[in-house]
Amino acid sequence: MADTTVPAPSFALGETIDRIRRSSEYVVIPLLALVVSAALFSLFLLALGKDPVTFFSLVWKGGFGTGFSWQNTLVRSSPLILAALCVAIPARLGMVVIGGEGALVLGGFAAAVVAIPMVSWSPTFFTLTVMALVSMLVGGLWIGFVGYLRHYRGINETISSLLLSYIAISILNFFVEGALRDPSDPNKPSTMPIGPENMIGPIPGTSVHWGLVAGTIAAVAMWVLMNRTTFGFAARITGGNVRAAMAQGLPVGKLILVSTALAGAFAGLAGFYEVAAIHGKANASLIAGYGFTGILVSFLARHNPIAIVPVAIFLGGIEAAGGLVQRRLELPDATVLVLQGLMFVVLLVSETLYGRFKIFKAKGA
Amino acid sequence: MINRRFDRRTFLKGSGAGLIGLSTGILGAVPARAEGLTIGILYVGPRDDFGWNQAHAVAAAALKEVPGVTVVEEENVPETIAVAQSIESMISLDGAKLIFATSFGYYNPFVLDMAKKFPDVQFRHAAPLWTDKDPTNAGSYFGQLDQAHYVDGIAAGLSTKSNKLGFVAAKPIGTVLRNINSFALGVKKVNPAATVQVIFTGEWSMPVREAEAANALIDAGCDVLTCHVDGPKVVIETAEGRGVKSCGHNASQAPLAPKGFITGAEYKWETIYKDYAAKLGKGEALPNFIGGGFDLDFVQNTPYGAGATPEAIAAADAARADVKAGKPIFVGPIKKQDGSVLVAEGASLDNYAPELNATDYLIEGVVGSIT
Repeated sequence: MADTTVPAPSFALGETIDRIRRSSEYVVIPLLALVVSAALFSLFLLALGKDPVTFFSLVWKGGFGTGFSWQNTLVRSSPLILAALCVAIPARLGMVVIGGEGALVLGGFAAAVVAIPMVSWSPTFFTLTVMALVSMLVGGLWIGFVGYLRHYRGINETISSLLLSYIAISILNFFVEGALRDPSDPNKPSTMPIGPENMIGPIPGTSVHWGLVAGTIAAVAMWVLMNRTTFGFAARITGGNVRAAMAQGLPVGKLILVSTALAGAFAGLAGFYEVAAIHGKANASLIAGYGFTGILVSFLARHNPIAIVPVAIFLGGIEAAGGLVQRRLELPDATVLVLQGLMFVVLLVSETLYGRFKIFKAKGA
Repeated sequence: MINRRFDRRTFLKGSGAGLIGLSTGILGAVPARAEGLTIGILYVGPRDDFGWNQAHAVAAAALKEVPGVTVVEEENVPETIAVAQSIESMISLDGAKLIFATSFGYYNPFVLDMAKKFPDVQFRHAAPLWTDKDPTNAGSYFGQLDQAHYVDGIAAGLSTKSNKLGFVAAKPIGTVLRNINSFALGVKKVNPAATVQVIFTGEWSMPVREAEAANALIDAGCDVLTCHVDGPKVVIETAEGRGVKSCGHNASQAPLAPKGFITGAEYKWETIYKDYAAKLGKGEALPNFIGGGFDLDFVQNTPYGAGATPEAIAAADAARADVKAGKPIFVGPIKKQDGSVLVAEGASLDNYAPELNATDYLIEGVVGSIT
């Protein structure tokens, strides 16, 4: 391994190989971590007296093995993509926001409420547009408030966002069980339904709703914003060192507010799709924990917006397979949670491996 | 060093290839389901919650004993799109022909959507929601648990010394309010001086608040507790720990209170599940809408515990026989909490009177506010 910096004649080719070599580290190490966690989980299964081979073949079949399984997986991953963006964007600024659940719940609630006076006269497209915008506005204000508290009042964003999500859930319950309750449904408190004609249908030929497409577009857009614009550059500098960013004259407060508002807007949009594509109304079913699973997705994706999409699909697949595993192996529901937890821990531990393998280093670097 | 690097790479390649081989090779090895009837059951919570889900799981276990019937179960299925996905998975991967969806929020839109999508599969949902506008391969089954709560009330009314009974309730909705009213009618029938104090926790499952409510009721002087929450475990255990008596709800909580347990209001889903399996086995049609109490053996009382006195047992047995024979629970005069007349003197409401399904009030003698 010659330690010279003289560029080789085939400069472009060498650089490409080096780049692949360096970026492959971000693929190989997580894959290695997955293999290790699968091995640990197999030991767990053996201790329970179950066959790991059957287990993983069932996970494959239930998550990815058939056309239906794929749809099942994609349906479950749709809200996770948007919810994970709510974690990933502030994470680029060094903030750990874990209250996306609140923005999702309130965004969905606001979308359902704004539709109530509109359904009688407004065309479907207009209703849905207003609902989507309102859900993003409310979600954006909710998490944007977290950013405001962080920057101007010095309040820890992790704690404030978590506590605010409990407030959001209470607000939903308060109105759904009180002033905005649909009187025709005495046993499941809900808002008035938006009506089947105002619901977003599935992507033609599938049972997957359009939230998957919206999430994927949003993820790509956020990757561009964070990696290819001056805004993203400034945000990453702020994430690296706030004091340095301020010394450089970067508008740190504005960066934090915009990023948290964007994050909340995506969580709110996830709530909109829950209402407009699935439930048709707001009720306690919005509190399904997507906001919290989104934290896991974002961390597994190392807060890279593009990587969020495959990670969300991967986790969605494991969740989709959870039912089949329960039914065939008669294992408790928590089994796939154990697998998810193991993967999370092993992946976090694997973070320490980055930069330790010479194989991934650029030649001469 | 080159060797080490080589080793690592080979290892990765090898394990990668192994994984691919594993996933493709065994796909065909997953055993197909045996011939016969496969029935899928979905629960919103854990199967061992000492409550609503356990009541269904106990019946599912009994159903498994029926020859030719395979039961596939999924627990902790939230009332989200996961319901539709789990049902479709049971149908397309397990070949289920009958689905029991046991949580209230599963029905609209998920059970309805799936019923339209799979017209050859039968769907039955555990709440009185089906109407003739809904798909004919869907339907409702439910138990009138308020009849069993009334019998609980008879036994409880004869067990109190302080004449104060406590009721920990989840949400102030129709079925819960009706159970409270029926329990209170049982209490008042044998002990007109007694009152029933209600605390609503606001959630179907909120163990911390249930414990607080149980303790608050005991502190207020209640010496018999019962409840209508998804999992009554906390309430019954708190009562036992504080040395007061208790009546159960949904499933048997008798093992939780060896000293103070009187009896409990339980569902007996087994009756319906076995009946439907037999009907499908014979090629008969299933009813779309069926509900009943003691008369159809859809509800039962938990076997009496150590807290039940001989007097309470005799009165409760008599009351159960009366209800089973069709004698009404709502016998006038009954006033609502606001003083308005619900049932006039000399009149009565049938145990299946439709207006009772829309209960949005508490009756006089119940202490506590809906709002």
